[in-house]
Amino acid sequence: MDKRFVYLDYNATTPLRSEVKARLIEGLEVYANASSMHEAGRRARDRVERARASVAALIGARDPLSIYFTSGGSESNNTVFQTMYENARDPGRGPRRKIITSAIEHPCVLNSAAHLRDSGFPVVYLGVDSEGRLDLEALKAELDPESPGGPTLLVSVMAANNEIGSLQDMKEIVRLSKAAGALVHTDAVQAAGKVPIDVEDWGVDYLTLSCHKLYGPKGIGALYVRKGAPIQPLIRGGHQELGVRAGTYNNLGIIGFGLAAELALAELGEYQARVGALRERLRAGIMARLPLVHVNGHPVHNLPNTLNLSFPGAEGEAILLSLDLEGIEVSTGSACASGSLEPSHVLMATGVGPELAHGSIRFSLGRDTSEADIDYVLEKLPPIITRLRRMSTLNPVAACV
Amino acid sequence: MSDAFQWLYSDIVKEHFQNPKNVFDPDEKFVADAEGVVGNIKCGDQMMFLLKIKDDTISDVRWRTYGCASAIASTSMLSSVIVGMPLREAYGIKPADIAKRLGGLPENKIHCSVLGDKALRAAIDSWLDKNGRSGEFKGEDAVVVCTCLNITDKDIEQAVKDGARTWEALQAATKIGTVCGGCKVKAEEFLHEFAHIYGA
Repeated sequence: MDKRFVYLDYNATTPLRSEVKARLIEGLEVYANASSMHEAGRRARDRVERARASVAALIGARDPLSIYFTSGGSESNNTVFQTMYENARDPGRGPRRKIITSAIEHPCVLNSAAHLRDSGFPVVYLGVDSEGRLDLEALKAELDPESPGGPTLLVSVMAANNEIGSLQDMKEIVRLSKAAGALVHTDAVQAAGKVPIDVEDWGVDYLTLSCHKLYGPKGIGALYVRKGAPIQPLIRGGHQELGVRAGTYNNLGIIGFGLAAELALAELGEYQARVGALRERLRAGIMARLPLVHVNGHPVHNLPNTLNLSFPGAEGEAILLSLDLEGIEVSTGSACASGSLEPSHVLMATGVGPELAHGSIRFSLGRDTSEADIDYVLEKLPPIITRLRRMSTLNPVAACV
Repeated sequence: MSDAFQWLYSDIVKEHFQNPKNVFDPDEKFVADAEGVVGNIKCGDQMMFLLKIKDDTISDVRWRTYGCASAIASTSMLSSVIVGMPLREAYGIKPADIAKRLGGLPENKIHCSVLGDKALRAAIDSWLDKNGRSGEFKGEDAVVVCTCLNITDKDIEQAVKDGARTWEALQAATKIGTVCGGCKVKAEEFLHEFAHIYGA
């Protein structure tokens, strides 16, 4: 097969889709300050509010004003944790200070939680099972007000994991947490546009979104806040976003986000079926061509586009760079690609051990992925793994013979 | 990707990564006089060196590694320069020498992926042991870390091999830094590096 460029790193970011690109070019003309009272300002504001309604619809939020635009997922997550910090300083709020999160969160949540821990908050990182799902019995135990750390202030668990794609039972997590009087946040950056989200059905208090995972522009995201849930600004200033997020409206980003959200919702069913079938073609094809491949993530409750595999005996950075030389773009959980000496904290939390974590490759598919792309990977990947295994001190195939 | 766009590492690294020299082939009957293995799977790198030795000179070499692109390239480069080299000279090769021949490596990659020289020394040491010449080259390539007590990186390496993983354990084993204490930062760098190689 002729050399192709095959981008399989959609969980890292997505290309701008053509409809959104066209809308952004048109939106470049919307220069007025959306806070201005004059007609040009009101027209800009109308565009912002229509986009807000589209984003609300994507996650099933009844009230568009529960959506606050931010600069992206990291800001949304930080706003929630900063609110917990401010909130706990209010003596009227009672003794709740404990934060419960999971061991497989995005670094943005892990580091926000660690910052609260350093400020004196009790923080618990719950483990996951071998398929990346939260230990609900451990959650129940930690929610007990008599457990160490006392009554829980916030439970923050990602709806879908970025590395292995495992989905959490958000409805059950919320049910347990609410019964204990805790607030619930979920980072749904990876879930949005890939699986259905219904904040009313789930019952979460806070939900984080990012536009650039939805074939929209970078630098724009949102935070959903349930009416009545405490919220404090991370960025103080003007009265934009009901005083929750200061800064002149990012007209362009918001307009792009609105269309990206609208299209993601309209195409969700078709996306799941098509991308899910391609993922299965890739999984089955690799398993048929190579011995000793380990599938990370959950067989059912998983993102339809995410396939995380470990290749014992071959190291992840070497696999990634070999694929890169063939035009195939993926990511790895190996320490050699992380800048630290530690392999993926997500894979280590699932208990696969360091060799499988170092030898892991994430293929994340997207709406532009074709059958020909998958077949190209099926042609190029097996000889790469075989070659690396043959020169490896940890050759699992030789050990089996 | 445009061909004009720089690869992650140098073109020499790329060439050795794609076409590594002297890789051990299990189908080949390579009878080695000496074998050395170092590395730690927890950190993602492990290395094996096989040597043929004649008249105190390396006559042929094979290697295997579980490691990243720069680990593969640096081992390939090392293997290609030591054939025909006297053992004593090969024993003194440093990671920085290999990195230089590769057209440079990022600093973190020099520490973490260049294990070939350690595996090579382990192989030579085992050969010296077998021939009743234990420790003949020891100290020749050593770097003095603690000037007060003349304690070298080799002493730190031995202490780590014997189980030391903390500054306190290293001090108990070697007395390093117990006079002026000025070497602590440097010594801890070596401690970290060797713990990476021999396992946390």
